[in-house]
Amino acid sequence: MSIRLENVNYVYSPDSAFCKQALKDINLEIKDGEFIGLIGHTGSGKSTLIQHLNGLIRATSGRIYYNEQDIYESQFNLRGLRALVGLVFQYPEHQLFEVTVFKDVCFGPNNLGLSKDECEARAREALRLVGLKKKHWQKSPFELSGGQKRRVAIAGVLAMKPEVLILDEPTAGLDPKGRNDILEQISKLHREEHMTVILVSHSMEDVAQYVDRLVVMNRGSVFMEGTPAQVFKHYVELERIGLAAPQVTYVMHRLAQEGYKVDPDATTIREAVSEILSALGKKNEGSEVIQP
Amino acid sequence: MMRDITIGQYYPAPSVIHRLDPRVKLVGTVVFIIMIFCIGNLAGYVLATLCLAGLIRLSKVPIKFMLKGLKAIFFILIFTAVLNLFLTPGTAVFQWQFIRITQEGIVMALKMAIRLTYLILGSSIMTLTTTPNHLTDGMEKGLGPLKKIHVPVHEIAMIMSIALRFIPILMEETDKIMKAQQARCADFESGNIFQRAKSLVPVLVPLFISSFRRANDLAMAMEARCYHGGEGRTKMKPLKYYSRDYVAYIVILIYIIAIILLNIFFDPIQTMIFARLGL
Repeated sequence: MSIRLENVNYVYSPDSAFCKQALKDINLEIKDGEFIGLIGHTGSGKSTLIQHLNGLIRATSGRIYYNEQDIYESQFNLRGLRALVGLVFQYPEHQLFEVTVFKDVCFGPNNLGLSKDECEARAREALRLVGLKKKHWQKSPFELSGGQKRRVAIAGVLAMKPEVLILDEPTAGLDPKGRNDILEQISKLHREEHMTVILVSHSMEDVAQYVDRLVVMNRGSVFMEGTPAQVFKHYVELERIGLAAPQVTYVMHRLAQEGYKVDPDATTIREAVSEILSALGKKNEGSEVIQP
Repeated sequence: MMRDITIGQYYPAPSVIHRLDPRVKLVGTVVFIIMIFCIGNLAGYVLATLCLAGLIRLSKVPIKFMLKGLKAIFFILIFTAVLNLFLTPGTAVFQWQFIRITQEGIVMALKMAIRLTYLILGSSIMTLTTTPNHLTDGMEKGLGPLKKIHVPVHEIAMIMSIALRFIPILMEETDKIMKAQQARCADFESGNIFQRAKSLVPVLVPLFISSFRRANDLAMAMEARCYHGGEGRTKMKPLKYYSRDYVAYIVILIYIIAIILLNIFFDPIQTMIFARLGL
């Protein structure tokens, strides 16, 4: 299910003192089954961009195609699109409102007009997918911990069975374990359910480890695109726009400078470990022990 | 939708009105509003209109932006005008069964509509050209003498400034929550009034919760910075009158006198002119 953006522009509060061009001439294609990372400094237009993908914000100019269908055409079902392109906002736990966790997850499918049984079946499946234990299902969402609340909120979107899942900084404010758990589950959804995933993140380590393709935003336009290795090769430019490469990239570059025979393009710890070990003339056996 | 409400919003621009002392603007607004209800004849309305137009021009706030604020009270405006139109007793101009429009009714409806519009425009000029902080500062200083009779002026000003400060934050929050629920296919637009009211529950519950959380955080942050009320608290930018402020006070005074004079003398002059013209 591809999404294609053509010359998309977006201006906040046009014709006023607060007028601001948030997106400039965006051309982008998101192919079926891709795992895309979207990075950029604060205010670079990431959040605005993803809200275009499910039609929550209407572009000031330009076209967006979902499956080659223009989503701005009058007969296009925008509410239906929102079920197909699931968007998990930043701090999604702030949207929880129901009496129980289970009912809250049912909210999305309910809005799609599905039968009660179907809604509940989907809610159960979604809660299992995000790994929330059954004993929490009938609790009030406000009794849960931050990480658990976030899982519930993500389940609330997954219950609509979207084809594309967009997550805006799903790991912000979580502890390392909560972060890894959520990212692992998202990655599992991508691998096993073949869901197209777009991950907005500020953590270069996270995107380096999980995504296939990176899109770098700067001041409302696409600055760079490519695999993590290709993008992080340009770490000097990234630093100039307020970003950075994963820490291992710096280590590898330094090692290469010092004359070690390592590939400086390693972006994950696992790759780095095997590179360093082979440079030191040892077999690649330690890499299974050291996990990020 | 949320962005249409301009009352209480600040519009930055480099104008004289923006630079005026907030106390002057407060006094000016109160005077303007009181005088609207004192105007007794057409000449008074002409003067008020001219003043309002002049002020808007001086403030450099786009007129479009200013008129947007009227959208919010459009319903009240129509409602008052219609009530006045049909329910004022007097000489009938039009009668059909029990519906009766009187001459007095038409005049009254027009008057009320103009008064309400000017009321809103007058106060929007103040709020659009003064930051909420400035405004409450002005209020605190202006009402300072009331402290002597144990009115908690500082506390009231603080409550006001916090309330004003939170309006845009809560609007943004509402917008965000609505979008998040729309992303879960929530429908706020269709259905009858009960269904629509019910569809707001998923917005209101998170909004309430986040308001309490914010209030709690704010109280904690204030306490962490040793806030203990107005006693002995100094200001980073104390309010000071400049010559332009005195000029503004004089203009306000002239306006009051002009309206009063017009009230007293315009009608006789009008009759005199009409008499001369032989009407």
